Amino acid sequence: MSLQASNRPTESEAQVDLLESFRALYRIRHFERLVKREFEQGNIPGFTHLYLGQEAVAVAACAHLDERDYLVSNHRGHGHALARGCDLVAIFAEILGRAGGLCKGKGGSMHLADAVRGFLGCNGIVGAGAPLAVGAALTAKRRGEGGVSVAFLGDGASNEGVVFESLNLAVVLRLPVVFLFENNQYGEATPARYAVGAESIAERAAGFGLKATRFDGTDYLTAHATLGEIIHYVRESGAPACVEADVVRFEGHYVGDSQRYRSKRDVAAAQAERDPVARLEQLILERGVGEADALAAVRAAVEKEVEGAYLTARRQPFPEPAELFRDIYATDVGGPILPRGRSLGQGEVVP
Amino acid sequence: MKSIREVINEVLHAEMARDEAIVVLGEDVAGGMTTEGAGGFGGAFGFYSGLYERFGSERVIDCPISEASFVGAAVGAAMTGLRPVIDLQFFDFMTVCYDQLANQMAKLRYMTGGQFKLPLVMISLVGAGLRAGAQHSQSLHPPVVALPGLKVVTAADAYDAKGLLSAAIRDDDPVIFLLHKTLLEEKAEVPEEDYQIPFGEARFLAEGDDVTVVATLAMRRKAEAACARLAAEAGIAADLIDPRTLSPLDVEAIAESVEVTGRLLIVDESTPCCGIAQEIASAVAQHCFEWLRAPIRVLSTPFTPVPFSPALEDLYLPTERQIENSVRALLADESASVLR
Ligand SMILES: Cc1ncc(C[n+]2csc(CCOP(=O)(O)OP(=O)(O)O)c2C)c(N)n1
Ligand SMILES: [Mg+2]
Repeated sequence: MSLQASNRPTESEAQVDLLESFRALYRIRHFERLVKREFEQGNIPGFTHLYLGQEAVAVAACAHLDERDYLVSNHRGHGHALARGCDLVAIFAEILGRAGGLCKGKGGSMHLADAVRGFLGCNGIVGAGAPLAVGAALTAKRRGEGGVSVAFLGDGASNEGVVFESLNLAVVLRLPVVFLFENNQYGEATPARYAVGAESIAERAAGFGLKATRFDGTDYLTAHATLGEIIHYVRESGAPACVEADVVRFEGHYVGDSQRYRSKRDVAAAQAERDPVARLEQLILERGVGEADALAAVRAAVEKEVEGAYLTARRQPFPEPAELFRDIYATDVGGPILPRGRSLGQGEVVP
Repeated sequence: MKSIREVINEVLHAEMARDEAIVVLGEDVAGGMTTEGAGGFGGAFGFYSGLYERFGSERVIDCPISEASFVGAAVGAAMTGLRPVIDLQFFDFMTVCYDQLANQMAKLRYMTGGQFKLPLVMISLVGAGLRAGAQHSQSLHPPVVALPGLKVVTAADAYDAKGLLSAAIRDDDPVIFLLHKTLLEEKAEVPEEDYQIPFGEARFLAEGDDVTVVATLAMRRKAEAACARLAAEAGIAADLIDPRTLSPLDVEAIAESVEVTGRLLIVDESTPCCGIAQEIASAVAQHCFEWLRAPIRVLSTPFTPVPFSPALEDLYLPTERQIENSVRALLADESASVLR
């Protein structure tokens, strides 16, 4: 695996609009920086896991997906939602628990979802997205329109039993699903080199009978090419595949993690050498696709867009109290039907 | 006359013919895949007989023994437009896919602000009495009844099984459909035509002003016999109520009966802690206290795993005689009448 991208564009690379890709990466970058800042100031409730350092993977994957396709994300999913094109204000509003959030404020940072974009949601249960993606692939297969589904999973998730089951099920049923493992070297505080018993996640997955590859997920063009090839393979063959993207988690597991288990020097070195945003910037300059001021203009425009969206989201109201009881069921209700309209757990409580 | 097993199979045939979005996922629902005998099994209890032959492997899907993955896949398929029916053989196995039940199936609609529907049905068996041992005999419905987002349905005869399964399959929410393994061959009169029984409507199997008996699944069958004998031998008239759906649970019907009888016995096969009987007792105690003439009685299994030895399992399960005795004791109990 070479970390240095070649200077001459290949044929498939020539298709890539580098400046637009940079815009997409930088949108995630700035979004997450803002979330970190606002979280630290106490303006964002709950738990939040940043995608900083992994931006190239989501953007490259989504570059090959269309409206036939499904995505399932994990707890570190802001970047996945942004790359899929979910509305910026609605994502912020969701993270802030506001009425206009993607999920009306009932999901939060760990549960962004967007049905119209086939985005079946982030998931707070590590590994749980894998079987959901298998099921979505079953639907895609029955539709027969060439749709695929992609599960974004971490290195930590790769050790979950349900993920192993899902790899096998996808092979047995021959379903068009891509298991995309973003190996950011840690599951919380535990290094993948400790917790993944095999040489690599991809190699272990290959043992299930899937096509599996590993690539440098900090290099946008490599990510774009590898994911393009894999997604094309899955779409054409209808068979599942596994990809392992090597990336670096720039921040702690969650905002507020003091990271005593990680050397500051390693983190600084990784940020200097394996920053997908900086690497793409450098490539753009080297290839002469854009000048420094063009990049600066993109950055300024993105920052304005993201900051503006955040302010718009913050002005939104919180959900009204009746929302507590909505969206539990599609038809009628569950739970005890009590006499004379009394409701469970609420009967005697006077607000 | 038709058995529960027969009507389950008939409903699946009829519903799958009616709606192409229905797929069946489970272990051995076809059976014999890749061999000449493919399709020759039809599920561990024959519910799925003939479906593979009729609808093919695209819709009747044999899965590896990996419940977490195929239950999770059914959730993903339901979110994207299919209507899966999942076979979970024994409900004791819910433990290996409880994340899919509790954190995915039950919550994804709510967490996404209602963006997704999850029209799926899980068919599974509960209950003791077949000498199947502690891991194949439990009545683990309480952990799913406790989850907002799921509907939980039980059917103790073929009439209910037909109408409730058909309604479950047409429902747009996830439904856990539970049958009792000792009742599968029990026969009942079943209308030929297609019908659906609405959820949340308890069934009155007998009507009377002396006492209210609420019973589920196999316990309902025992209570039917016990109440018939009480009526014939002692002239005791009971309202015998099978809630049928445990979520939604028709406490209102039970309360209306208790308003008349003032006496309530609940019989259920789950453990005596945190069960459906305790739930009903709690609701009645909270909301109908002034109508009670005697303390509510609960007859359930003891707080032990289900034993294997026939001698012990027979001791474990509530009997018709115990139901009769409980009713008699309840009628003799005047300890709460001072409240009236
Ligand atoms: C089933 C389950 N176990 C544990 C957790 C707690 N947890 C949340 S994120 C996480 C680490 C996941 O690591 P990985 O899959 O590598 O994803 P990353 O955080 O690195 O993106 C853990 C252990 C959880 N949410 N779900
Ligand atoms: Mg990780």
